[in-house]
Amino acid sequence: MSASNSIGIVSAQRAIFDTPLVFRSGAVLPSYELAYETYGALNADKSNAILVCHALSGHHHVAGYYADDPKNIGWWDNMIGPGKPVDTDKFFVVGLNNLGGCHGSTGPSSINPDTGQPYGSGFPVITVEDWLESQARLADLLGIRQFAAVIGGSLGGMQALQWSLSFPDRVRHVLSIAAAPHLTAQNIAFNDVARSAILTDPDFHGGNFYRHNVVPTRGLRLARMLGHITYLSDDVMADKFGRELRSGKFSYGYDIEFEIESYLRYQGDKFASYFDANTYLLMTKALDYFDPAHDFGGDLNKAFARAKADFLVISFTTDWRFSPERSREIVRPLLHNRRNVSYAEITSTHGHDSFLMEHPHYFDVMRAYLDNVASEVAA
Amino acid sequence: MSPNDITKLAVTRPDFAAIAAWIPQGASVLDLGCGDGSLLRYLKETRAVRGYGVEISDLDIVSCIANGVNVIQNDLDSGLSDFEDGSFDFVMLSQTLQATRHTEPLIREMLRVGREGIVSFPNFGYWKNRLSILLGNMPVSRELPYQWYDTPNVHLCTLHDFETFCRDLNVTVLERRVMTGEREVGLLPNLLGSTAVYRFQRGI
Repeated sequence: MSASNSIGIVSAQRAIFDTPLVFRSGAVLPSYELAYETYGALNADKSNAILVCHALSGHHHVAGYYADDPKNIGWWDNMIGPGKPVDTDKFFVVGLNNLGGCHGSTGPSSINPDTGQPYGSGFPVITVEDWLESQARLADLLGIRQFAAVIGGSLGGMQALQWSLSFPDRVRHVLSIAAAPHLTAQNIAFNDVARSAILTDPDFHGGNFYRHNVVPTRGLRLARMLGHITYLSDDVMADKFGRELRSGKFSYGYDIEFEIESYLRYQGDKFASYFDANTYLLMTKALDYFDPAHDFGGDLNKAFARAKADFLVISFTTDWRFSPERSREIVRPLLHNRRNVSYAEITSTHGHDSFLMEHPHYFDVMRAYLDNVASEVAA
Repeated sequence: MSPNDITKLAVTRPDFAAIAAWIPQGASVLDLGCGDGSLLRYLKETRAVRGYGVEISDLDIVSCIANGVNVIQNDLDSGLSDFEDGSFDFVMLSQTLQATRHTEPLIREMLRVGREGIVSFPNFGYWKNRLSILLGNMPVSRELPYQWYDTPNVHLCTLHDFETFCRDLNVTVLERRVMTGEREVGLLPNLLGSTAVYRFQRGI
């Protein structure tokens, strides 16, 4: 179904920025590159652009596939394409790999031109606000003064929210999906365990493992296994794996016995084979730091007073990482500030991962909202 | 919505026009159990209101969004805790009162969140309903389109019942309109009116 209306062959592009980027931490990156992709056509008045922000492990390959790698389909291809909820016949869609990433944008595994070595531990700790600065510069480069919409799920949803705060005049609609206004202590605790797994891996070498020609695979694998548990619901795990044993009987040892163990280790291994450990650390810290209310004495009502956008907030019933209640925490300050906002709570069994799944009602909500955004653009 | 659509809505839902007549231009409104958002859209087009709907049904959420009205998915019976005290000029409950479970706390919540409340409901005391019962059957009509076994209506009442209820809750009725179809009913409203619309506020 998705394949039949794919955007088709796409190609990654690269933007080089020579204006130094000053991070919230005070660190400075003199120059950097961003990998990005675009789909659809920018209209004459450049009013139909949509920015898609990615979550923890995402990247710029959001939709379509590559000519030389047709099996490499974009991570949100079910949502984005001709006739899909994010309709590339109507919108000009931009996806990028965030700064600090490991899919082509400048990150810890990139070569630092000053040293000729990978940045490693020298790459600045990054915040959502820093990402937004770099995303705004990409928008400038593409000639986009104001996005029709900024869309994201999870950490991507946080970036979408931040757009309405950092650049209130540069976004008309914010679509925040399966997000939260900040992490809870429990969320941060999970991130800390994941980071500890990486930081204590002997192959991590304080973040400079590249020069030792090793990868902290064990730590990264554990981090991903832990993360993956939080992306799934208890229900979906019970459904998919239950207490199924691989060999049908107990073997009274520590090898993989239960199907869930097999699945988690497979996910961990797969992830550890391509993802950069330093990027993982950076992404989790960006999540931990995200808190628009931080500069407003913890008052989200005051934080959102700046926002000018209209909002669509979506949550999923079985998401326990960022539960529906967390999305309501986003809705309340928007109501307080009398923003236009709609909120949909999607009944889904797939936990946090639901935002990536094709679900008829979820897609109907997205389509209905974005069709109206498209008609504003046309008008 | 074209002027034709608005006229059509006013005919199919006469309580809409009655409600709109009470709402000044640019008022802020909260529509509880807003369905597909028709009333909000009607008020947006005719009264330039700002506001939100609250609805539980998935299908209606999509319709509201398609209708271009703000909608918050929530169960009315779990309260209006997302909304702050006195944040709306009007809180409306159109043809939904009879389907709410915790009716009394909901009316209190309406008057916590809004300056005034507006409700419309089918009058169970309408003579056709009485006749139906007299003849031995639960009424089924345009206003009460359900069979007894599939009805969402758990708290049906008459005009008298509602007014007693308001007195007991120390709620002051400001205005009442009673209709049968599009026709305003003045004489014996509890007997001759099929739909009632009330505007009320907290008693002093």
